[in-house]
Amino acid sequence: MHIPSWIKRNEFLKKNIKMQYEAIAIGVSSGGLNALKIILFSLPAGFAIPIIIVQHVSARSEGYWIELLNEKSNILIKEADEKEKIENGIAYVAAPNYHLMIEKDKTFSLTIEERVNYARPSIDVLFESAAICYKNKLIGIILTGANSDGSKGIKQIQEYGGLTIVQDPEKAESSLMPESAISAIKPDHILPLEEIASLLINLDKKNNN
Amino acid sequence: MQQKLHGKQSSPYTAPIVKEINMESTKVHDQEMLSLLESIYKKYGYDFRQYSEAHVNRRIKNRMMLSGMKNISEVEFKILHDQSFAGQLLQDLSITVTEMFRDPGFYSSLRENVIPILKTYPFIKIWHAGCSTGQEAYSLAIILKEEGLYDRTTIYATDFNQQALDQAKDGIFSNDLIKEYTINYQLSGGKESLSNYYTSDYDHVIMNQSLKKNIVWANHNLVIDSVFAEVHIILCRNVLIYFERNLQNKVQQLFFDSLVSGGILCLGSKEGLRFTDFFNAYTELDKKERIFKKKY
Repeated sequence: MHIPSWIKRNEFLKKNIKMQYEAIAIGVSSGGLNALKIILFSLPAGFAIPIIIVQHVSARSEGYWIELLNEKSNILIKEADEKEKIENGIAYVAAPNYHLMIEKDKTFSLTIEERVNYARPSIDVLFESAAICYKNKLIGIILTGANSDGSKGIKQIQEYGGLTIVQDPEKAESSLMPESAISAIKPDHILPLEEIASLLINLDKKNNN
Repeated sequence: MQQKLHGKQSSPYTAPIVKEINMESTKVHDQEMLSLLESIYKKYGYDFRQYSEAHVNRRIKNRMMLSGMKNISEVEFKILHDQSFAGQLLQDLSITVTEMFRDPGFYSSLRENVIPILKTYPFIKIWHAGCSTGQEAYSLAIILKEEGLYDRTTIYATDFNQQALDQAKDGIFSNDLIKEYTINYQLSGGKESLSNYYTSDYDHVIMNQSLKKNIVWANHNLVIDSVFAEVHIILCRNVLIYFERNLQNKVQQLFFDSLVSGGILCLGSKEGLRFTDFFNAYTELDKKERIFKKKY
């Protein structure tokens, strides 16, 4: 059943609680839709940490898949708008054909500069700006994919003290992107999708205490 | 035709009158970065202090890495003493990525929703702000030609990046790109074959002279220059995304002041007026394609 977005977000989410983790950045490429479904559909209503996702898509993608995800999810999933303020309880997805960056005031910036790792949006571009913005209050996650975008970015997240999670390459639909991330850093966690979801739920619970 | 709309910045290397620095608008930048941006402004007249910080950071750090520099102060020193490096950095900060008929849906909406309005005017003035290397200006010229309006139109195509502007004026594009442009053109409802509008050799195409006839290429910097004409349409796509909110507002004021009542404002497919002071000054002509009409 479709849940209207205003019901999905509880009032308490808006309060400024001091959180250990203030954002989750996810980078995913081929096989991404299935992987995102498993993680996002596991998250309960009231899951507070905002999620920012780069999924590689074609430049001409119309973004219907975001609406499809949103319909079945307990949290609000939407495209990240230019200058939009990042709020708790929402999962934001990068628009096709634009890079997505985060400013220090926790708003989104879009750019159309050259492709990075053949991709626009590029995971590295999001992760690097997210690391600078959230430092050790960021969780960075690399999921399935058939290229090496995101490896530089997740390294930067680790250097800034953020928590790093990589999907277990053996369980990933395309193992190259997780493998590439693992060769760039020693991640804090290497897990299958279901366990990544449980870990996020636990971290979110601890966050609110 | 090449003309200068405002004298303040005739060459990238002439120093402008230094204005007082607006602290409120610059507080988001790190001290080091701010100092660099101020130096660029004082010496060369280009003001990036109210550009999106994440964007400026990324571009400058990229250049730093490519040039093997260790820190921002090294960049600042080099900017002040090496004009070719300064020119390079200027190119880095000016995003010139563009396409002909970029976002075909926008151009078909332009034909459907805006052209009928233009047909009611005896003459038409269009300001294409931030035209970069000119692809979208030529796209506009093609549509106007096909709709029988080109001969009574003047397109002011402006940019602050002189190098890009020179390329735009030449109208020479690499052959590799034409395939993509042709797909865009067809998707946008093009009535002819795109190849009717250019001549090609092995590597390049050159746009027809007849398309250039009514385009005035001019150097204009949205950050520091002012109104130069009253126009019926403003096209400014994927330029404002690089500006902070204060600067976006300032430029929106400039657009508002330049448009006739009932004039049309076309923004990039992810840009809007929601976070500016001008949200109520326009009606939405096409919400999805970000085409707005100034209220009477």
